[in-house]
Amino acid sequence: MATPPVMDPRTGVVGVFGDLDGTVLALRELKAKGYDSITVYSPVPRHEIDEVLDQPVSPVRLFTLIGGLTGCALGFAYAISTSLDWELITGGKPIVSLPPFIIIGFECTILIGALSTVAGMFLNARLPKFRKAAGYDPRFSADKFGVLVFGGPAQVSAAEQILRAAGAEEVNNV
Amino acid sequence: MAAMAQPLRSHAPEPTYAEVNRDIIRTLDPPGAGWLAGMAVILLGLSIGGYSFAKQLKYGLGVTGYTPPVFWGTYITTFVFWVGIAHSGTLISAILFLFRSGWRAAVYRAAEAMTVFAVMTAGLFPVLHLGRAWFAYWVAPYPNIRGLWSNFKSPLVWDIFAISTYLTVSATFLIMGLIPDVAAIRDQAVGWRRRVYSVIALGWRNSNNEWRHFMRMYLFLAGLSTPLVLSVHSVVSWDFAMAIVPGWHATIFAPYFVAGAIFSGCGMVITILVPLRRGFHLERYLEIRHFENLAKLCLLTSTIVGYSYFTEYFIAWYSGNPIERESFYYRAFGQYWWATWTMITCNVFIPLLLWNKQVRTNLTWLFVISIFINIGMWFERFVIISTSLSHEFEPWQWAYYLPNHIEVGIIIGSFSWFSMWFMLFIKFFPALAISEVKEALPPPQRAPAGGGH
Repeated sequence: MATPPVMDPRTGVVGVFGDLDGTVLALRELKAKGYDSITVYSPVPRHEIDEVLDQPVSPVRLFTLIGGLTGCALGFAYAISTSLDWELITGGKPIVSLPPFIIIGFECTILIGALSTVAGMFLNARLPKFRKAAGYDPRFSADKFGVLVFGGPAQVSAAEQILRAAGAEEVNNV
Repeated sequence: MAAMAQPLRSHAPEPTYAEVNRDIIRTLDPPGAGWLAGMAVILLGLSIGGYSFAKQLKYGLGVTGYTPPVFWGTYITTFVFWVGIAHSGTLISAILFLFRSGWRAAVYRAAEAMTVFAVMTAGLFPVLHLGRAWFAYWVAPYPNIRGLWSNFKSPLVWDIFAISTYLTVSATFLIMGLIPDVAAIRDQAVGWRRRVYSVIALGWRNSNNEWRHFMRMYLFLAGLSTPLVLSVHSVVSWDFAMAIVPGWHATIFAPYFVAGAIFSGCGMVITILVPLRRGFHLERYLEIRHFENLAKLCLLTSTIVGYSYFTEYFIAWYSGNPIERESFYYRAFGQYWWATWTMITCNVFIPLLLWNKQVRTNLTWLFVISIFINIGMWFERFVIISTSLSHEFEPWQWAYYLPNHIEVGIIIGSFSWFSMWFMLFIKFFPALAISEVKEALPPPQRAPAGGGH
């Protein structure tokens, strides 16, 4: 990449869009040009944006699976081991009666599965975070879409042009 | 729903994202006279409940109307009532999410909040009906002083697991769904409110990475909540069905209770949303079609409940078991005939009005019918519990139990407790899901194109 004669001090730009198709157009162009540090801020999740960004499926589902299986094992282990700890026959039933223990195992599957799903979301989305997010604008939770691009000096200038060409209402430096 | 002759949408153009933001965040403005008056009534009700409970704590359960052998009276009735109310919230938020029903977006937040607060109310009752409420922690599954653990073959222990899991998961579901909305409030707020909402929003910025993980999490929480909601009222029904009491010992109980729970919950959602819509002027978002869909859910579950009543009586007759027959004859024509026929009238006959589209789309009618549904479903649990216990195997034990003023006071207190949480919720958090209402709208497009989802 040719170094521009005057160094551009910016490291990133954020384009503010009032419509979804402009946002998607800008993203498509940026992807085609090989930009890899793109963040999209959108008031709602939109599948159009996901399709352009083409990101891998969130690993949160693994947390759900592992949490659910752990919960199931814990629930059964809890009921079985405490029943065996003091063998007291109740209702003429076996000490380890699996049918009623299914309920304990099931509830623990759901409980630990749900909590680990939430933990997975927090870990993967890097929440909570209390630092200012680069290029964020309060309008991005209301009605505007934002496309934030980071890159070298030349890349940033080119990105600004792409954002403007796609119909960004404003392009701000980060 | 696609085949409806008229879409019943308001004729105004679809709201824009900015309007959704503005109109829903406006509901958090300082409360008006109506809200304050409502809160005053609630505090009065809470003090009646608090007084009744204090009296019961001091003098023991003897101050209630309990008549041997009926020791599961209005407290367990009201416990089951509130657990049931909770169910439609999860139905709307989780099951309709999995079915991709677009209409849930407008109503699900209020329904989900109702779920959490109803479970919080229900959770009071196992404690309220203890002789020594200060030993409530004994129900937790830990070993007693001799090292003996709880009996995992007992439905009451299953219930602890089911209800506490349900409370945790439904509260988690509600709180997680609130995060993007709290971020939207944060971005519009100023001063100390902005700081408080910034902390609650956990630094949410609507970035693609956050949404990607969030949507996955939401999908799996919905997927986990769906079997959970069906299990919870099944487990509650087994509190009864596992016992050999005539009138309780039936395999139909689990589906019968689940259908009843969704029926009562949808009724309660209508009871809550009609005043909410009027009070906050949300006519543009809570449309008549939303209420019509809720009414259809009520109608469907009402027919299931009605069928279950019929099956109960039919099986009692068909079994040829004299005790079972006696129990059901007593239920319909004995001392409790008034409760049974109130239940059948409110749950089976009055909802038949919902077959009529004019009734289904008239909010005044719907509100009145929903009140009858609430009353009917409370009576259903009262009938199941009191008529069965008061008329068991031994004729010399038969008795006639009626709740007295202490129990009525506690019921008033429970409604006030529930309403208090709901009223506080709608002033601090959006009662409609901002991001999901937007999601259900067509996105802002430069080129005129087909609508949203």
